[in-house]
Amino acid sequence: MADVTIWGSLRRYTDGAETVEVAASTSRELLEALVAAYPGLADQVAAGVSLSIDGEVYKDAWFTPINPDSEVILMPLMVGG
Amino acid sequence: MGREFKILGTTPPRPDGIEKITGKALFGADLNVTGMLHGAVLRSPHAHARIVSLDVSAAAALPGVKAVITADDFAEVENAANRDTLHNCMAHGRVLYDGHALAAVAAVSKSVARAALNLIRVEYETLPHVTDVDAAMQPGAPVIHQGKKHKLAGDDVSDNVVGYYSFGHGDIEAGFAQADTVLERSFKTAAAHQGYIEPNACLADFKGDKADLWVSTQGHYLVRDICADILGMESSQLRVTAAEIGGGFGGKTTVFLEPVALALSRKAGKPVKMVMSREEVFRATGPTMSSSMDVKIGMTADGRITAAHARLRYQGGAFPYAMVMMGAMSAFAAYDLDHVQAEGWDVMTNRPKMISYRAPGAPMAIYAVEAVLDELCQKLDLDPLEVRLLNAADEGTKSSYGPTFKAIGLKACLKAAQAHPHYSAPLGPNQGRGVSAGFWFNFGGQVSVSMAITPDGTVNLTEGNPDIGGSRASVSMMAAEELGIPFEQVNTVIGDTGAIGFSDTTDGSRVTFTVGIATIKAAKAVKAECCKRVAKIWEIDADAVEWIDGAVHPTGHNAGDFPPMSLAEIAAMAGRTGGPIAGHFEGAPDKAGVSFGVHIVDTQVDPETGFTKILRYTAFQDAGKAIHPDYVEGQMQGGAVQGIGWALNEEYIYGEDGVLQNAGFLDYRIPVASDLPMIDTVIIEVPNPGHPFGVRGVGETAIVPPLAAISNAVARAAGVRLYALPMSPPRILAAMDHG
Repeated sequence: MADVTIWGSLRRYTDGAETVEVAASTSRELLEALVAAYPGLADQVAAGVSLSIDGEVYKDAWFTPINPDSEVILMPLMVGG
Repeated sequence: MGREFKILGTTPPRPDGIEKITGKALFGADLNVTGMLHGAVLRSPHAHARIVSLDVSAAAALPGVKAVITADDFAEVENAANRDTLHNCMAHGRVLYDGHALAAVAAVSKSVARAALNLIRVEYETLPHVTDVDAAMQPGAPVIHQGKKHKLAGDDVSDNVVGYYSFGHGDIEAGFAQADTVLERSFKTAAAHQGYIEPNACLADFKGDKADLWVSTQGHYLVRDICADILGMESSQLRVTAAEIGGGFGGKTTVFLEPVALALSRKAGKPVKMVMSREEVFRATGPTMSSSMDVKIGMTADGRITAAHARLRYQGGAFPYAMVMMGAMSAFAAYDLDHVQAEGWDVMTNRPKMISYRAPGAPMAIYAVEAVLDELCQKLDLDPLEVRLLNAADEGTKSSYGPTFKAIGLKACLKAAQAHPHYSAPLGPNQGRGVSAGFWFNFGGQVSVSMAITPDGTVNLTEGNPDIGGSRASVSMMAAEELGIPFEQVNTVIGDTGAIGFSDTTDGSRVTFTVGIATIKAAKAVKAECCKRVAKIWEIDADAVEWIDGAVHPTGHNAGDFPPMSLAEIAAMAGRTGGPIAGHFEGAPDKAGVSFGVHIVDTQVDPETGFTKILRYTAFQDAGKAIHPDYVEGQMQGGAVQGIGWALNEEYIYGEDGVLQNAGFLDYRIPVASDLPMIDTVIIEVPNPGHPFGVRGVGETAIVPPLAAISNAVARAAGVRLYALPMSPPRILAAMDHG
């Protein structure tokens, strides 16, 4: 189980929880499990998210491994100039 | 890392320099083809109006006119984002801002095209409009699009709020209770244009059901995919070539003219060239957002931040967008805080849709935060750099937006700034010194690189990211470093969309990082192939050879006594040893490594006129590893100068009628050389552990600190603090008059 930190405005979809536990070994599994457990997150996940895994930010990287002790942060999809 | 480099860190001549200074480089407007038509666009004179009727018959009948198009010439687009993009390129039913396109003409000459525009008859029903972000958020404000309100926006704001985000951790109220001083201030910043010198331009050429597009863009794959969707084509039917670019800074990461040019070309059956005037660039392309912000910071008497809270309201024009999140995530990223929250609202108005501008969303948020920090330092009589060092994020800090930082260079930048002679230099009357930290995330993404070795041993490297800031030089240098060959032996070009696999857009300070990794991997493949070929030539085991300094060597005397074979020698024999030698990489590298910078600026404010002179400017920035230090310095200087313009003069000015009043460089004042001192730079190198050479992106961070650094300097020079940008002379004078 990995602990996933949810950003502030999305916590209303996780019953106010800042961190939720998700069983997943890859990014894709994690996002699928998140949406299954918290359907309110579906729109944001569909709109695009990044994942910070152990301090590194990943965009659209389904197969990035996630360890049980990984620090995982859900983030909006990064954009730049 | 401690690695010694032979090529990296040197400053060879830029590979595109000769072509550019001799006028041979082909920019967006430079391509001409036989039978080409010229396109022109009819634009709305109103901020918001319903198109009651639109009669193009007289324009279509004008001799020399070959095609006229309106919204009716486009099929509806299923993808919501691309549909918004189409509706921004061509109004559907309503015009939503001054400058919004509603018809376009292709004709045999520019003058005929312009004459045709004058023959188009439009009946408008003007509608209520709103251009200010705070007004647009108010319940009862004119709504730009119904049904777009963000579901987390709340009931106390209008339907123009299309995004709401909140980031942070801890308990800010408990944190504020621990403070000796709590300061809350409200700020406004104006919309600023990217100010690229080359106006948007393209040439579209339909041939049957396929088309070619030549365009000034930061992302030709992005252009291909958006345009193909809008035109109802498969991506494979549209081949897009990125022209040499005369500046982008984020502004050329979408389309404005391109679908229109393609539709005109399809209808006319001829190539169509379109080039925006400067007025069109201002009225119809995206500037960055304007903002209205509140920042509250609590601090102990010795300078420790106990809590921080920001509320950011960004105005992004007439279509939904999502950018305030970048401001909310970056606002407090420079500091190690136990209690922090940043909230942000994206708001629609009757203005052109925003598009990215260098570190999009970050400069204004960090301006407000750094200005409050500076005012706290003044109130508590604390040194501004000492306070920043006391609170600075470091490796292991849980950032305000969530991730725990790996190795970062903020403290190194702050210490370098403290030790620099600039920080202790004396100041005269009416002069003040300001400092600010800055931050940008950087990111990776998709990339494709192909490295082909020619028979003479030259490396032809093809990549898919338009070079907007020197990436051809840095990529060539990384190839040369990895291969152990001279820089001059590498030739890097930008392939069109049919020449090489997909690459994400040139943005986010991602190119030197991602294309660099792809190049290194392609070079490793080339080295491996060369070693394999030479082992066969020498008739020894493959593991008995190794690559050293651009040549294959036997691993030792036991391997045999062979003279090294250079890349050129190996390439010359390639036809007989297995065919062409090449390497390639396609992937999506991440681990880009965040970037920090610190700026110091001295200003002098004329108490009679309110004019601010920039006396001295020094920028410090962590580049991870500066591949080509001149280009890194150029990025730092360019960011500083654009920030100076944003801080002191640049702003979109709208009248009560919602019409833009300063659509040109005469009235929209960007800094010129005579406004500026030399921008001194200090490059800090804290290697990014996520890149083989330690690279961090450098393109965006430099525009973040200037807004606050200059505001803080002006506050100390003028003895009065302004809470709005730009700090133009009349505003400074008014603030000084009111004390």
